[in-house]
Amino acid sequence: MPATYTNPRFGFRPPPELATGEGRTRVAIVGAGVVGLTAALDLARHGIRSILLDDDDTVSFGSRAICWSKRTLEIYDRLGLGQRLLDKGVTWKIGKVYFKDQLAYTFDLLPEPGHRMPAFVNLQQYYLEEWLVEACEASGLVELRWKNRVEDVGSRPDGVFLRVSTPAGDYRLEADWLLACDGARSTVRERLGLPFEGQVFRDRFLIADVVIDGFAMPAERRFWFDPPFHPGQSVLLHKQPDSMWRIDFQLGAEADPEAEKEPERVRSRIRAMLGADVPFALEWVSIYTFRCRRLERFRHDRVLFLGDSAHQVSPFGARGGNGGVQDADNLGWKLAAVLEGRAPEALLDSYDAERVPAADENILHSTRATDFITPRTEAARAYRDAVLLLARDHAFARAMVNAGRLSTPHTYRDSPLSTPDDADWGGGPGPGAPAVDAPLGEEGFLLDRLRNGPTLLVFGPTAPAVPGVRIVRLPADGLAAERWHARSGTTYLLRPDQHVAARFREPDPARIAAALTRLWGRDEPFARRAA
Amino acid sequence: MAELDRNPRLRDPDALFVRLVRAHLDLSPEQSRRLDAALVLLLADQLADSELLDRAIEAARSAVIARTEAA
Repeated sequence: MPATYTNPRFGFRPPPELATGEGRTRVAIVGAGVVGLTAALDLARHGIRSILLDDDDTVSFGSRAICWSKRTLEIYDRLGLGQRLLDKGVTWKIGKVYFKDQLAYTFDLLPEPGHRMPAFVNLQQYYLEEWLVEACEASGLVELRWKNRVEDVGSRPDGVFLRVSTPAGDYRLEADWLLACDGARSTVRERLGLPFEGQVFRDRFLIADVVIDGFAMPAERRFWFDPPFHPGQSVLLHKQPDSMWRIDFQLGAEADPEAEKEPERVRSRIRAMLGADVPFALEWVSIYTFRCRRLERFRHDRVLFLGDSAHQVSPFGARGGNGGVQDADNLGWKLAAVLEGRAPEALLDSYDAERVPAADENILHSTRATDFITPRTEAARAYRDAVLLLARDHAFARAMVNAGRLSTPHTYRDSPLSTPDDADWGGGPGPGAPAVDAPLGEEGFLLDRLRNGPTLLVFGPTAPAVPGVRIVRLPADGLAAERWHARSGTTYLLRPDQHVAARFREPDPARIAAALTRLWGRDEPFARRAA
Repeated sequence: MAELDRNPRLRDPDALFVRLVRAHLDLSPEQSRRLDAALVLLLADQLADSELLDRAIEAARSAVIARTEAA
């Protein structure tokens, strides 16, 4: 029984549709996990109502996703949960990689100061989900329906119908749009018969949450290849709040999952690692294998897939949870604009065009990390070990050590919404890249000033008059100007999700207006591409 | 496209052969395998030409596979 956290139980409320047997909504979201809740909250921040269906009545059992990346923290800051994550979570940026009993390599993920958010915050998924539930309820725009299980899904070009079962009976729900956030074993995906294919990894891993009071270990990510306490395999250690530590043991392909879950067996592995004199309490244990796979497309008419229902990666690199949150961040403003008639439906094709390459990047990194961590041939192991042995003295080998390339935000490089640069900028965030934070003295941080709408970031005294966009002025010198490679007159058009849409050395209102038209998916080339 | 130079480039091939073999003399089979891997990685970094490296990998594979099949 977990000692540090008790899962809340959310009450089942019979939905009004039970009286008539059917109802309708503009937006239905399936799956109140971290991705579905984030999508619902993001839509609420854009003023859009949704119904969120979940077959359970609580948050995640066990810590599950624990590493939240800088970009994800920035997204939660926009949604109003950033400070809470910082206050409760464990902030870290240093990673250490060991080979046998030797330190092979140390890395610092955020070497420069002057960012509101750190490289990573570790926090159990259940805390984040609990806060998201609170925020969704406080918004007044999210109708959370616990114990509402989607049994069947039908998709038409202009809408979706769901058959939902509850403890008090079944009903039919028509939705203009459906967000499938129902995880790797997605019911929606299965009912629509969509193939979900990719690479299978045979190695089993044991994951344990362990409470260790007063454990004198810094807040770092530590990764061991072939350590003396777990020979031939790898081990990963992360610190979480509540004196909780996440330990991940590679078990190999032949391990017996039932035997490995035996608490005494898990305890003896942990004792071997920590030493016999360190008392600990085992909080949660799970055995897993994984695959790297994705749907071919993330938009199917009026159904949009987000998170693990759309793409699945190995856990090395914190790309599962963070990738899903970034899906929601990408979709929220687009769906809101379409629902409010500010953008054509084709804008939602850009969700697919932008998030499929992002998923591919995550799958590529996570596959490579897994191949490095679990070598499948003698030669692969020899190369892996050689890299680790060379790492201490040779910088090129350090660059090859792959204990998980940790999640970095995707740049939407070839996005149909971006206006390409018309000159060589030589620096600063380019079209499709996420905004770069910088301190603004007493005014806080740059990212604080970018809220949910499109923003024109203008460096220097003059600002062009362009309708339909908020203007934020910044000085043409200082750290912000340096990071954005700006001089007086430099103007960036930022999307509502804080990625760069376009940038200009001279703020010409006509060109800015054209970039804005393209950003909303209203320009002709886009409509043609989408057709 | 980069091509391997098929003309001999080593000044003293016999000496190099002996040096490579000697480097393995006191090693276990596992260490020996790692030594070769480490050597390839170091040389690849010095070469820093991924096309040329691809040609070398292809040439090495075809030499090994052709000989193994003929035997």
